[in-house]
Amino acid sequence: MSFRGRLSTFLVLLAIAVALVVYTVVTFLLPQSGVVDFTSAQPTGAPVNLSVQTVGSIGYGAHPTWVTYMVQAPNGQWLHDTTWQLPAHTRINMTVHQFDSGSPLRNQQWGRVQGVAGNVEILNGKPVSVYNSYSDNGVGHTFAVPALGISVPLVGVDPNATNVCSVAPCGSDSVSNTIKFSFVTPGPGEYRWQCFVPCALGYLFGNGGAMSSSNYMGGFLDVTA
Amino acid sequence: MSDAATPTAAGSPTDSAVPGSHGPAPRHFARMVTIWLILSLILDPLFYFLVGPHVPPGVMSSTAEENQFDFNVLMVIALPVLLGVWTYLGYSIVTWRASRAGVAEPVGGQDARTHMGAQTAWIVITSFIVLCLAVFGTYELIETNGAGGGEGPNPIWKPTSAHILPVQVIAQQWTFTYRYPTYGGFESSTLMLPVGTSVAFHVTSLDVIHSFWAYQLSIKADANPQVDNVAFTTTNHTGSVTVRCSELCGLWHGAMFNYGQVVSKSAFQSWATATEKATAANTKLLPPFAWTYVPDANGADGGYYPATDPYSPSEVYGAKQPAS
Repeated sequence: MSFRGRLSTFLVLLAIAVALVVYTVVTFLLPQSGVVDFTSAQPTGAPVNLSVQTVGSIGYGAHPTWVTYMVQAPNGQWLHDTTWQLPAHTRINMTVHQFDSGSPLRNQQWGRVQGVAGNVEILNGKPVSVYNSYSDNGVGHTFAVPALGISVPLVGVDPNATNVCSVAPCGSDSVSNTIKFSFVTPGPGEYRWQCFVPCALGYLFGNGGAMSSSNYMGGFLDVTA
Repeated sequence: MSDAATPTAAGSPTDSAVPGSHGPAPRHFARMVTIWLILSLILDPLFYFLVGPHVPPGVMSSTAEENQFDFNVLMVIALPVLLGVWTYLGYSIVTWRASRAGVAEPVGGQDARTHMGAQTAWIVITSFIVLCLAVFGTYELIETNGAGGGEGPNPIWKPTSAHILPVQVIAQQWTFTYRYPTYGGFESSTLMLPVGTSVAFHVTSLDVIHSFWAYQLSIKADANPQVDNVAFTTTNHTGSVTVRCSELCGLWHGAMFNYGQVVSKSAFQSWATATEKATAANTKLLPPFAWTYVPDANGADGGYYPATDPYSPSEVYGAKQPAS
């Protein structure tokens, strides 16, 4: 092969390699979500009301069948972002609208409400400190911040209901459970949160797909001063 | 390494005079050995007594203390080797640099290939060091009951202590939890241990392969699903323990860590009793204590703990540990 031919082959292969690296970085490594700011919506020190919902399938985007968390921005819009900027040393009043069905927990340890005010969640108006995931509809997901010791079971809805939501964001016309709890943010820092239910159906042990991708079943509390 | 400056025509080194120079050739080898010996005799004790006590992982547990000692021994052996190389390089640069006219090439060529003394010494010394380290390493592995590493479900080397606190480490994506079978089998998200107590960590996983690394305790044991991997240590001092996963286990592997405490026996007893009581409602819902738990591979469909938990009847626990 001539020098020009070898050079052309080399450049083509180099371009392919660079394209693969760029694709990998953009697709898998760079954060896919934005940051939802809850620090400027209310006076300093005032409690932050944070509403999220869990949906069995997001219904749109690259993975419409994947389970996901959604968050309601201060302007009321539901967003598919799992990094939430919160003020430090501030009470967070969290409301979770759980639209997904549940099952027994892989580890019932996550059926215990931990790390939130009174170690109690308010499930559809009733206080719960330990939820038996083998009862009723089981637990669909958990909201857990390991570094803060927070773990809250999110009880599943009846999977046989006729109005199970399948496209996010879900509305009040769909069957849901409402779980409320409060916690106080620590000092500034990034605190990872995640669901501890291996809820990625169709993946081995339920831990692939949405469980192993950013911006679905895990994210960060970006606590700022 | 030649003791002479100039190879003879036959390639063997001599102490004869260097052609064109005055007087006998300098004894380079003796000089280098002297420099090396002095440096080693100074730096080895300095390292052992000044740096050694600060070498990770510290002395919080018996395994940490033994591992620190092992690291220090290795360093004390390695340091003279390093100094030997540096001494030879430094001496060569100063003595045989190209700008020194009339200095013969000291190494290389036929002389280097046929110097029986140098070759024999190299083989004998390095073989001796490696064999000694193998014997030392084996002894240390046995003496410290596995040196803090996981010994599998049937450990060969066990502590002789009559009271061993069993703590089950359960790994899952992406955190560790801990069960205390001698306290009713409650499960905690925090690792708490009593000081001055032999501990048996039973490490397992609910999903993929993880690795339990309690840094300050110098415990590192793989967490394999359906495997009870046992590692031993004895706590020496109170303090904080950092637990990390040291096996790449998925998206949040880097965030899979938590902290523990080694506390006084009375504080541990109080904590264990209080936690057992506080978590009693949830402990009833946990699966019966077992050394491993069989996962259901059908995704989120629960059923992780079947009725036929492979409880091992060979382990019998006596009174609650440790005695308060």
